[in-house]
Amino acid sequence: MATNDDLGVDDTKPTVRAGVRLVRTLLRPHIPPFATSVIGSAVFAAGTVASATALGWITDRVVIDSFEGDIAGASAVTAAALIIAIAIVRSLGVVTRRYFAGMTAERVERSTRQALAQQYLSQPMSWLRRASTGRLVAHVDSDAKVLTHSLHPLPFSFGVLFLAIFSGVRLVIIDPWIALIALFLFPAMTVINSLYSRFVEKPLAESQAEVATVAGIAHESFEGALIVKTLGRRQAEVERFDAAADNLRARRQQVGFIRSWMDIFRHSLPQVGILVVLLVGANRISSGSMSPGDIVEIAALFGALAIPMLVFGFLLESLIPSVVAWNRLRPVIEAPIPEVPKQIGRPEGPLEVVVDGVSFAWASAPDDIVLDDIALTIAPGEMVAIVGSTGSGKSTLCAAIAGVLDDVDDHVIVGGRALQDFHPADRAEAIAYVFQEAFLFAESIRSNIDLDGDSSHESVVMAAKVAAADEWISSLAQSYDTPIGERGVTVSGGQRQRIALARALVRDAGLVILDDATSAVDTVVEQQILSHLRSSTNATMVIVANRLATIALADRVVHLVDGRIGATGSHDELLENDDYRELVMAYAEAGDG
Amino acid sequence: MADLETPVPGVEVDTADAATHDGAIQVLRRGLQTTPELLQGLLATALIGVAVAIGQISIPIVIQLALDRGGLTSGEVDTGVVLRLVLMAFGVLVATEALALIAKRRMIVRAEASLRRLRVLAFDHVHRQTLSVHNEQATGVMISRVTSDVDSLSRFTDWGLFVWVVEPIVVLCIFVAMAVYSWQLALLALVSFLPVFVAMRWVRTRMALAHDERRTAIGNLLGAFNESLTGAEVVRAYNAQHRTQKRLDTVSEVRYQKGLKANLYMSGVYVIGDLVGAVMLAAVLLVGVTQREALDLSSGSLVAIMFLITLLLTPIAELGETINTAQEAVAGWRKVLDLLDQPIEDLDPETGVALSAGALSIAANHVAFDYGDGVPVLRDVSVELPAGRRIAIVGETGSGKSTFARLLCRLADPTSGSIMIDGVELTDVAGDARHRAIRMVPQDGFLFDATIRENISFGRADATQADIDQAIDLLSLEAWVAGLPDGLDTPVGERGSSLSVGERQLVSFARAAVADPGILILDEATSSVDPQTDLQLTRALDRLAEGRTIVSIAHRLSTAESADIVLVFSDGELIEQGGHDELVLAGGRYAELFAAWTADIDHTA
Repeated sequence: MATNDDLGVDDTKPTVRAGVRLVRTLLRPHIPPFATSVIGSAVFAAGTVASATALGWITDRVVIDSFEGDIAGASAVTAAALIIAIAIVRSLGVVTRRYFAGMTAERVERSTRQALAQQYLSQPMSWLRRASTGRLVAHVDSDAKVLTHSLHPLPFSFGVLFLAIFSGVRLVIIDPWIALIALFLFPAMTVINSLYSRFVEKPLAESQAEVATVAGIAHESFEGALIVKTLGRRQAEVERFDAAADNLRARRQQVGFIRSWMDIFRHSLPQVGILVVLLVGANRISSGSMSPGDIVEIAALFGALAIPMLVFGFLLESLIPSVVAWNRLRPVIEAPIPEVPKQIGRPEGPLEVVVDGVSFAWASAPDDIVLDDIALTIAPGEMVAIVGSTGSGKSTLCAAIAGVLDDVDDHVIVGGRALQDFHPADRAEAIAYVFQEAFLFAESIRSNIDLDGDSSHESVVMAAKVAAADEWISSLAQSYDTPIGERGVTVSGGQRQRIALARALVRDAGLVILDDATSAVDTVVEQQILSHLRSSTNATMVIVANRLATIALADRVVHLVDGRIGATGSHDELLENDDYRELVMAYAEAGDG
Repeated sequence: MADLETPVPGVEVDTADAATHDGAIQVLRRGLQTTPELLQGLLATALIGVAVAIGQISIPIVIQLALDRGGLTSGEVDTGVVLRLVLMAFGVLVATEALALIAKRRMIVRAEASLRRLRVLAFDHVHRQTLSVHNEQATGVMISRVTSDVDSLSRFTDWGLFVWVVEPIVVLCIFVAMAVYSWQLALLALVSFLPVFVAMRWVRTRMALAHDERRTAIGNLLGAFNESLTGAEVVRAYNAQHRTQKRLDTVSEVRYQKGLKANLYMSGVYVIGDLVGAVMLAAVLLVGVTQREALDLSSGSLVAIMFLITLLLTPIAELGETINTAQEAVAGWRKVLDLLDQPIEDLDPETGVALSAGALSIAANHVAFDYGDGVPVLRDVSVELPAGRRIAIVGETGSGKSTFARLLCRLADPTSGSIMIDGVELTDVAGDARHRAIRMVPQDGFLFDATIRENISFGRADATQADIDQAIDLLSLEAWVAGLPDGLDTPVGERGSSLSVGERQLVSFARAAVADPGILILDEATSSVDPQTDLQLTRALDRLAEGRTIVSIAHRLSTAESADIVLVFSDGELIEQGGHDELVLAGGRYAELFAAWTADIDHTA
């Protein structure tokens, strides 16, 4: 795992304290819904204390009085109305709290996803290559979600504070001795919660990391589903996944055990409080300083504490994964986006290409030099074939000229402008780059060809014709509006390549780069495509070629050997070179033999 | 806003309406059938739930006894009685909480074990599904089945499961306790409690739907982001950021709206219990006070009943508090179970037939195939291929040649007709035997994020170092391996990204060679290798072909020329078959293709 993932992870220790800091940062742009939610929580707390007080009052003035012979029919009706009125106010508080807490969390999630989308689309390839796709996808789903988990219980937890204040005031009014018990009860809850968060921090952080591992394995394994099938490796993959799932299970079980202790205290502490109140209260009643109704009120108050305790525990627990998620998200969300040069329009006509001493190695293997000081000038309108053995750097050179390697953008000059000075829109218009592996979007064929949506139907069809795709596309029931599955999997390799080719041709660029872009197309069709292409544009062309007929079409051949230019010249000139002849003539020899 | 609802092609769209969905109960039943260990955990928990309920009820009983017998109401307090009562209640509390602790741990162990199993079952199921399913579904959606969907279930087992098993029992016990004080008032409370069920039912169906829509929105969100990342190079080369941004904004916004909608129902649910509790309390108070003589109530009993009703609010509130996670859990669980219900067509036979070692013959009898969409990809293909021959399949793009190859290694089964390997129906062949004997090198040389050595050894479960060396030797890859920074131990990166496409194919060739298959299928695998490497491989394959049946699909005709049998596909049909010379002389489609190819060679030579 994580072989080339070096975007890094923040090393903020996942503690409750860090969680509180994080929550503060997250909430800052979303104060209005959050504040509304907290107000709802305060209303709820007030309602809870009020209903306990009402219950105490009812016990003394309605129940006991009535049993002492005082017919209190009218006050019973008043009491019933009071109970319902308080419940309505309390419910309004609850609805307000919950709805706006949910809204706050949803908004934080949305802004997190927007920030991620911004990064994923604006960062250069060199940045994207540093992270695994699995990680970046996990940010969008589980991390964004886990980040906001702590926001749901937060307003309710504020409610505990209100509850403590309101009931504290009530208790002091009823009886200072009883208030002392409460004074013990609230800190006891705080101690239990802080003990809990200390014990649970580490296993929680570990289980969070294990979730990421599980997701990573699923991602890789499903992407390679075809290979898993053909190799009959399903069982092995299941075992690999099972091992990670079992690790996750063990961690989660550990957390669950710690939580079950917390639950015991959460549950029993208020009840123990009620029993102590009963004991102390009996003495206070005999001394005449308290009424039975007071005991009922206090018992009801303590009883109401159980749920906020549950929510508080939930908050503490969710803070830890939130910090872990943020540690993973932060280097991504806060990565500086490089400034983009001004848009000044593309250079017109066939473009000259100057590769001025380009060297390159992938960040994942810095010792493995892929391009070694390549210097090359391609005249406007020239067609250059890049030839070389597997791994000689042909694709990388194409990527460098196309400007998707971005580390070397200062050393590649297209149409008199260094690639680093191109606005992305200008560059995309000037350079059409067709990849070795055709990537199609899960959209219609038309929008795959006309990515900007501003080309006419005629020019889309024209491009498809040159790419020898029109005939096939027209034969489909929905023609150009036929949707394509993810990665265009319902379309065969050759058809995918032709659509990708049409995409490049529709923009009428001054430089066309074909990186073995017709490898899955039959020879006959390929030749048809290339000759069409030559006659339909005077653009400069760079083409990675493996077939003799293709090489023969080129004005000049560049022979790459281990990332260096071994030789350059016309095909016939290069045939003097032994290495080149051996490579290129391999076919003819194979054909003869 | 209307256009937010427009389905995005290629990603999961929830077309099913609420009526066709299983209810929570059915999901629970199916879920428990899938992982029965969860049920064992639940039963034990339920039994001990009764004990927990007794612990809770002891408090109002003690209050009642203290009021009536401890003399709290009359003012002549007997502290000895109160102390005894409190100590007894404390004892009950300790005992029941201890029981609850044991029960909870038991439940956690079972629940976690079943979650793990569910995850693994779903993962396994994805890999068992036919290729056409893989084609239709976005990878992101499948990933969310084994991750976020199971996670939503696990959040429920963390916080809600115990509540949902224990609290209904507590509610029941509270009603029983009330009935002991006064069955009339208990009945009254019960009647005023009924609206909860009606209201819950109403909200639940809507909430379940809202949650489902939300989960679907998440699936689409993942699909869209996944695409923007896997296609990042294209997005940049074509400056397609804005359109992709628009798509991502749309799926994020849909996700937000669906989240808010689900949130609205969630906010309302909690309140139902609270309001109904208040109505219940008011009704009991009104009747209890006015009818105390008819009901023969003591003041302590009435207070105890009222206190019991407030106790009722806690479980109801807890149920409400966790209903959010419960609904998410049901929605997630349902999606996982639905996945598990999807048919696996290529289920290997229980006792499959083994295949003999060495080259194997192939026969196709009236084979037809489509990817489930009714568009025929292969029509009535019949052919007999003797063992040990080199067979080349040629044909235009989309002619069905790749699909035919896929059927040979059972990546899918024919829609009609059959395929026989060595005289055995392919569907009767044991899975292990098939994987070992029939090996395909697909176009896409997908590698796992591991070293080259590991990737090669994935070709065969019991491959030794000697086997790997032999495969390398056979394909003459020693020089290439020696040139790598860490030789065979060089990591290939995610999807093999540190290697070139050609190098990836070299590794997948070696991966096939190590299996020593009786039938080797090469699906356009040489398309991205330069001529020199290709020649090197062609020669190696000549040696590899020794004692095997080779089925090659290549767009170059050099392969066809050296083959024993050439199959020419066009538009899903097998239009020509025979030896190379024979077909050239026949002057059909193959002759045309060959003429074009020869012209290519002559052109440059």
